[in-house]
Amino acid sequence: MISPAATVWSSPAVGGLARRIIPCLDVAGGRVVKGVRFADLEELGDPATEAARYAREGADELVLLDVAASHEGRSARLDWVESTARQVFIPFTVGGGVASVADARALLLAGADKVGVNSAAVARPELLSELAETFGAQCVVLSVDARRRAGGWTLLTHGGRRETGLDALEWMAEGCRRGAGEILLTSIDADGTESGYDLELLRAACGRLPVPVIASGGAGRLEHLAAALEAGAAALLAASIFHRHQFSIAEVKSFLESRGFAMRTETAEPPAGLEARQ
Amino acid sequence: MSSRQVTVVDAGVGNLGNVRRALEALGAEVALSRDPEQLRRSRCLVLPGVGAFRPPREALRGAPEQALREALEAGAWLLGICVGYQLLFEAGEEHGTTDGLGWLPGRVTRLASPAQSDLALPLPHIGWNRLEPRADHPLLAGIAPGSFVYFVHSYAPEGVPEDALLASAFYGRPFAAVAARGRVAGTQFHPEKSDRVGLKLLANFLEMAHGSAASA
Repeated sequence: MISPAATVWSSPAVGGLARRIIPCLDVAGGRVVKGVRFADLEELGDPATEAARYAREGADELVLLDVAASHEGRSARLDWVESTARQVFIPFTVGGGVASVADARALLLAGADKVGVNSAAVARPELLSELAETFGAQCVVLSVDARRRAGGWTLLTHGGRRETGLDALEWMAEGCRRGAGEILLTSIDADGTESGYDLELLRAACGRLPVPVIASGGAGRLEHLAAALEAGAAALLAASIFHRHQFSIAEVKSFLESRGFAMRTETAEPPAGLEARQ
Repeated sequence: MSSRQVTVVDAGVGNLGNVRRALEALGAEVALSRDPEQLRRSRCLVLPGVGAFRPPREALRGAPEQALREALEAGAWLLGICVGYQLLFEAGEEHGTTDGLGWLPGRVTRLASPAQSDLALPLPHIGWNRLEPRADHPLLAGIAPGSFVYFVHSYAPEGVPEDALLASAFYGRPFAAVAARGRVAGTQFHPEKSDRVGLKLLANFLEMAHGSAASA
């Protein structure tokens, strides 16, 4: 039995479970960059420093996406994953170019809590079961890029550049059966538009998947975030809305809390001596 | 400040790196070990764990378990985290019943949807949930009621008596999120991933172990 996620996440059965706000950092060559995928990359800074700043501002989790992973040596990125893990004490996912259990193990040992997989899982779906059996489904985030087509959504790979011809919803359901613990769902139509998430896509996914769905692509206004949670998203991924300092994480959380969504708020002073290290 | 030595018990499963990094950020000097001699000598032990109950339980059976028992008898402090916490109880019911270390009272059972509910509770319980303190205890010093901590688990202790229950949380049912008896304590959530609240709890544990011990 699968309950519509919109019902589950707002029911008393989940106690005080908070919806999550997840800033996403694109990393290339060990630096945080912004830009529409590979075009016009602009450097923003060091991943560990940027990640720690978001953690201090109240991010619940982080996604660090190595947008150039397939173009560079795999060992290069372990350095910034490790230094991020030394400064960030909230969960973080690293994605980009993960194609094997060995790739995932290296990232997890370097300090990632979860690994994101996308194109490699489409090419070889067994990868999901291998990762779930080795590390547990809670470590496996299946990243899915979907685009509208007549009667539904089609699955894209390679950063939204390649058509697969597969049905995106079917693929997500199969991904969950094979061991994905969470789905990071990006609407390629909405991504970068700042005109709102694809809510129909979210409702369709949250209504049939047994795992948390992280909504991605299209956030521009606070109302968009509330609408995605209403549609059943367990978490919201956002990049530009935070990078451009349109809204602080605190402002986002305060708004969503006022709309009745459970949000994590900070309730402890940092232990003595820790702030100096950050 | 004297060096705060901590032995992180390596039960052969899961990633110990993030527990180590969090303790190091708090100024501790961390050794990872399953060597009975090292465990026996340690006065501050942390037992992490992810995954299922049985593999780490079997890894500890025999000499490591005996060494931990002797360390506790000699005055050591022990903090279990997540599955490491579950191992401290009397038994676990994941994939059949397995005896636990039996140092905390209670059994580890699967979380489930409340009775008379037509909701299917998603498992694992993953994310930030509220901690409700049930006792005044130094492990929880400075942590406000309702603080959020990060959980990843499908099983949790039940039947934990009031005198061992430090804080509860709720997912499908109430469960013991923090428990302690004497110098043995544990958390179902991941303090190393629970931001300031979790680091505060770890700092409290280091303070308890090293403030009271003559010298580590």
